[in-house]
Amino acid sequence: MREGSGIRDFDWWLMTLVFTICGISLLEIWSATHASHLAGMQWRQVLWIGLGVLIMLVLSRVNYHHILDQAPLLYMIGLAALVAVLLVGHSRFGAKRWLPVLGEFFQVSELVKLIIIVVLARFFSEVRSDRLLLGDLVKAGALVGVPVGLILLQPDLGTAMVLVPVAAVGAFLAGLQWKHALFVVALAAMLLPVGWHFLKPYQRSRVTTFMRPEDDPRGSGYQILQSKIAVGEGGFWGKGLGNGSQNQLGFVPVRYSDFILAALAEELGFAGVVVTLVLYMALLLRLVQNAQHAKDRAGMFLIMGVTAAVGFHVLVNAAMVIGLMPVTGIPLPLMSYGGSATLFVFLALGLVMNVRLRRFVN
Amino acid sequence: MSIWFENDKKLPQMRLAAVSYGIVGLIGLLLFGFWNLQVIQTTHYKDLAERNRIRSIPIIAPRGSILDRSGRVLVDNYPSFSVLLLRDDPKIMEPLLPEIADGLGMTIDDLQEQVDAAKTLPNFQPIVIKPEASPGDIAFIESHRPDIPVLEMMMVHRRRYGENDFLAHAVGYVGEVSTEDIAGSGGRLRSGDITGKSGLEKQYNDTLMGTDGLRRSIVNSVGKEVGQLLQQDPTPGKAIRLTIDYDLQSVAEQAMAGKMGAVVALDPRTGEVLAMVSHPSFNPNDFAVRIPRQEWDQLNNDPDKPLINRAIQAQLAPGSVFKIYETTAMLESKAIPADFKVFCPGYATFYGRVFHELNPGDSAHGEMDLHTAIVKSCDIYFYNVGERLGIDRLSYYGTSFGLGRKTGVDLPGEDSGLMPSEAWKERVFHEKWYAGETISLAIGQGATEVTPMQMAYTIGGIISGGRFKQPHLLMSDQPVPEVDFPISDSTVDFITQAMWSVVNEGGTAAASKLPGIEFCGKTGTAQVISAQGKEKATNKSALKNNAWFVGFAPRRNAEIVVAVLVQAGGYGAEAAAPVARDVVKAYYDKKGGTFKGAQEYSANPQQPVTVPGSTTATAQATPAAAADSASRP
Repeated sequence: MREGSGIRDFDWWLMTLVFTICGISLLEIWSATHASHLAGMQWRQVLWIGLGVLIMLVLSRVNYHHILDQAPLLYMIGLAALVAVLLVGHSRFGAKRWLPVLGEFFQVSELVKLIIIVVLARFFSEVRSDRLLLGDLVKAGALVGVPVGLILLQPDLGTAMVLVPVAAVGAFLAGLQWKHALFVVALAAMLLPVGWHFLKPYQRSRVTTFMRPEDDPRGSGYQILQSKIAVGEGGFWGKGLGNGSQNQLGFVPVRYSDFILAALAEELGFAGVVVTLVLYMALLLRLVQNAQHAKDRAGMFLIMGVTAAVGFHVLVNAAMVIGLMPVTGIPLPLMSYGGSATLFVFLALGLVMNVRLRRFVN
Repeated sequence: MSIWFENDKKLPQMRLAAVSYGIVGLIGLLLFGFWNLQVIQTTHYKDLAERNRIRSIPIIAPRGSILDRSGRVLVDNYPSFSVLLLRDDPKIMEPLLPEIADGLGMTIDDLQEQVDAAKTLPNFQPIVIKPEASPGDIAFIESHRPDIPVLEMMMVHRRRYGENDFLAHAVGYVGEVSTEDIAGSGGRLRSGDITGKSGLEKQYNDTLMGTDGLRRSIVNSVGKEVGQLLQQDPTPGKAIRLTIDYDLQSVAEQAMAGKMGAVVALDPRTGEVLAMVSHPSFNPNDFAVRIPRQEWDQLNNDPDKPLINRAIQAQLAPGSVFKIYETTAMLESKAIPADFKVFCPGYATFYGRVFHELNPGDSAHGEMDLHTAIVKSCDIYFYNVGERLGIDRLSYYGTSFGLGRKTGVDLPGEDSGLMPSEAWKERVFHEKWYAGETISLAIGQGATEVTPMQMAYTIGGIISGGRFKQPHLLMSDQPVPEVDFPISDSTVDFITQAMWSVVNEGGTAAASKLPGIEFCGKTGTAQVISAQGKEKATNKSALKNNAWFVGFAPRRNAEIVVAVLVQAGGYGAEAAAPVARDVVKAYYDKKGGTFKGAQEYSANPQQPVTVPGSTTATAQATPAAAADSASRP
């Protein structure tokens, strides 16, 4: 059995899209920070991207079947890390999310996203049926439910939410039955008030603020309002790189990270937003195409898990920037500055390449 | 190795395709969201972004000065600093409030109250938290700029009014605009603006008030200034020149010191107001900053009502001055022959009621003709004239001369006085006119009400042959509006001759004679008693009358008319005539170049007159109360 092909079998279309998005990201990180004490931040991001590409290359060499073999072990490691972060984790911005590794702080939940993608791919590929039975659905729910609960304890509503679409898309492709889907939706609707009870006050205020931002333009609605102002002010053609007043004068919150799309929208306008979102759309569709050509169901589930996670990030982040979703701290993949998030995306892409390189292998 | 992945290779292609469509749909939805903000609503958000980054601090335009007729400064400004609180970001501002209150010597409650009161204003609009910054406050702001970036200073121009309440009522005062002012200004006034609240400051506010400028700067999200935009310079208000003569005004103010009442001096040829006094007065400087609540209440609740401008708002019975109107009516209507004579035994009976001479010093005057009746102010003679003329003629002529009608002087809040008539009584009391009322009316008692301004205006018009020039305080080269009601020269000659005799030929005002000046006049003493006062006053002699005097000079083609009211002053001749005499003398001294300053004039007897509140006929005396005062025989 030949272990995959060479580097020429990489999905160069996909990589072109990825690097184009990274380029836009570096440009906007530079623009958002060049006049502040954060100047030079784009070079750190270049390092993260380089490290990410390296890890992606390494990961793509390991047969994904071997990775899926270790799913139970990975799951245990993931749970252990989540427990560890709760016990000894490092707090930033009021939430325990970081574990120190090699002098840097890593968000454990980013790694857990990846592990859950692997675990669910393994689980769903073992369901050897076109129709997903209720029992299997409940098992899948439990597999995801435990880490979701642990992440909510940090608390990190955003990351916890990402696991839900990964599970949902997996279940859908595994043959989810419509009546079960309806049942789950109904159950979620019933549990919503209970969940509300468990939300931290700052999370609640984010949700209420999202519903009516005008009520509190100076409190937690401030971020959403300033972001919307930045986006709206940009107009069709934007104010030009480095010229957005909302961005340059610091009105847009964390303009180099979670709200980078607002900074981009202000400076590059609707035109820039169209280009960016179309790039993401192409990226996601290319991922789905790779899944369609996967050698087996396991590979397909792996790629679609990655697609669901990345797609959900894009959707929630962009919707947040224009005030259609509450502020949840979900970054825009490949755009937002940040080590853990960037590494997560390249690790995930490593899995995708892995599957792709083995599509003709039997 | 397990064989878990050795399942079938059949992939759910339909569902994968569905996911693709889902992706395209969601991206489309997001693009629509961006389109909505960036294309459809972009103007709105551009606006909000501007407000975010641009902070505007007003540059206050100085108000125009107020000058006297020869250009002497009556009111001007002095520079001062106001402390502004920038409220762009409450998250920064609110935690600093205790420190700010402490540094500016305010209580935190006071400061918090001001901040709360401004909650409805847009955040980008700074508010004044301390109107008059002390040197200590300025030092505090300057030294704390880095750690308290929410304080700014704004140069303002405070009003400086004359000392000793000089010309207070005519000039009025300024204050912060009220919400009604803003609503009625059509966008010209903004919250915190200083605007004229009364007097000329209000009347000519549009001229006096300039247009504020703006200093616009770019600020970042923590309120730090990072750049400057084009400054919009203020346009200063224009100065106004008054017809008031500083010297005559000083003499009149001095003459009224300690008295309650008013003086109006007019040039009857032009309607120019040369002097205007109302006493007691107030200090407009108290209003120039922010008048403390307590002080305001005190002024408002003072029984002497110092805020009322008695020159145009005291509406009182004119007393015997009314006889001039009556004489004019008699001569002009020719209803009674000019040589009409009456024997005065000190009383007369009309309609079964006995009417006396009202002045206790007067008893029987004996044989009276029209001239001597004016000179001696014989009530019995004018009772007879009044009875023969009748209410209709008195009312017609009185109204024609300007009684019961505003003079149109350029001051807010002028009252119109009252000239009774049959129709008026019918309308207000739903009663018929009683002939007996005409008798009281004939000597200036009864329901008739005249303001000092009106008296100067009407008498000035009569002695000018019926040319009633509209009084005004603003010097202007526009033609002065006038009411013409021609009066024959023989009538004018007769009346001015009689009024000359009142002063110069042993008449009621003989004591106020001025050597070398044709000073003419007529005294009036109006009884004051309200129904309320009658019950309260146990000692009736304590009730003093309102003293009136209207004088002019020279006898023909008068240049100056002075009307004087001294409330509860006693007799017109004693209390009011000397005030008019001083003003007229000062006028002639100035004309002759011998004026040496107000201190040379001494009408003021230097004894403060204390007035019991219950006997004070206030400016708000209702017609009913005034009518009541007439019912006394």
